[in-house]
Amino acid sequence: MQITSAGQLLELCSQGKEKLAQVVAEYEAFRSNTSVQAVLERMGATLEVMRASVEKGREDEGKLSRLITGYGRLFARAEQEGRLLGGSLFKNAVLYALAVGQYNASLGRIVACPTAGSCGVVPGALLAAAEELGSGDQELIDALLVMGGVGIVSAAQGPISGAEGGCQAECGVASAMAAGAVVDLAGGSPEQVFAAASLALQSHLGLVCDPLASLVEVPCVTRNATSAVTALAAANMALAGIPAVVPYDEVVGAMKAIGRALPESLRETSLGGLAATPTGRRLAQELREQYRL
Amino acid sequence: MAQIGLFDIVGPVMVGPSSSHTAGAVRLGLAARRILGSEVQRAEIELHGSFAATYWGHRTDVALVAGLLGMTMDDERIPQAFELARAAGLEYTFASADLGDVHPNSVRIHASGSAGAITMCGSSIGGGRINIFELNGFQVAVDGSYWVLLTRHRDTPGVIAEVTKVLAIHGINIAFLDVSRQARGSDALLLAQTDDPIPDLAVDHVRRIPQVLAVRTLPCF
Repeated sequence: MQITSAGQLLELCSQGKEKLAQVVAEYEAFRSNTSVQAVLERMGATLEVMRASVEKGREDEGKLSRLITGYGRLFARAEQEGRLLGGSLFKNAVLYALAVGQYNASLGRIVACPTAGSCGVVPGALLAAAEELGSGDQELIDALLVMGGVGIVSAAQGPISGAEGGCQAECGVASAMAAGAVVDLAGGSPEQVFAAASLALQSHLGLVCDPLASLVEVPCVTRNATSAVTALAAANMALAGIPAVVPYDEVVGAMKAIGRALPESLRETSLGGLAATPTGRRLAQELREQYRL
Repeated sequence: MAQIGLFDIVGPVMVGPSSSHTAGAVRLGLAARRILGSEVQRAEIELHGSFAATYWGHRTDVALVAGLLGMTMDDERIPQAFELARAAGLEYTFASADLGDVHPNSVRIHASGSAGAITMCGSSIGGGRINIFELNGFQVAVDGSYWVLLTRHRDTPGVIAEVTKVLAIHGINIAFLDVSRQARGSDALLLAQTDDPIPDLAVDHVRRIPQVLAVRTLPCF
């Protein structure tokens, strides 16, 4: 059994009347020569790591990160003091994504999803949505399986690293995965899952990977938060029946082609974009002098 | 096309900040320790390319030492690796080096301990995946997803047949088999990657083959 595209996954679902989550769990059980139960248990353990990274990240003071300092803490304090706009879904998505991104920069334990650089997007959108919906662990594990399905078809057809495809391949794919998972959690159909994924990735096309001083900090951590919010917007649009028009597989194809067209300076080399601004260059220079080998 | 693992996408669970520069580096350090076969007492670590340029941001240095101490990429003690190394009596040095036309995220580790000494070159190739491409001067290709049997032996006819026979007797399936040598008549290296774990009994049998000078197994890592 192979998972090669969104189109193929959707066909499997419509033929066998199986849930998307079930197809993905069976695929992984077959692939890794284990049982569906073992796959579900491992996904449950992964969910616990995600939750712990949110909890630890919102307390993290950022003593180990080089450029950013306690972004989750700052946001949580502002929320407590009533200085922020919006409802709890929106605020929590940003808070959780920031917390996990900060924790990653602080050498904390996270779930790379699909990459460490984009590790805050899924916990941000999905855990905030789960609170809003009052979802239980079983539903969340199913949503994570659906999300894995979106990720697998992405990786099967395009890049999922900044070095190959730019940030669209990291935060963009993470946002697509999160959008699909949120739709599943909210009771949407498999078609709506991939419509949401498509809409989320469409909004990230062309996004370059240009981190300051080769760190996974600026703009990565705040971009994780905006990608989580984009995922929620895409999920809502798909649930409303707004079509993606371009199917997910074709959007991944466009992402791949755009990645190839990006110069190397905009693919994780810290030679272009924000990294090449006067501020970016100055900060990198200061850090390099401090840590010359 | 290879099947993509669900937990390679929703994962790995790892200590940040970078899958290639941190998680992959932990695995490279751990690979060196497993290949050495004992605790590491001394390590000379040479960083190449992007590893040398950005180690301080991604804590590639801390991650490599954590791996040498036996930690896996999800170990929450990784940030304290330097302190733990001091407590464990592991001495290490870092330098930058040009390892040639290899992956930008590469390292050469010379590690020694009670089991002897090894020199290993490896790359972190993304997403926490690694490739060990040189071991004690021999070209190899090991990514840690299979069990490995390594022998150093006299380059004479029949040794490879004997080694693979032992594996067959123990019901171990060979997925990949590489043999190499530095020169005709000198020592040669056999590297078998297997689908099944290699029991101690099989290792003992291989060790008793007269032309075999040294045997080592590596678990998946």
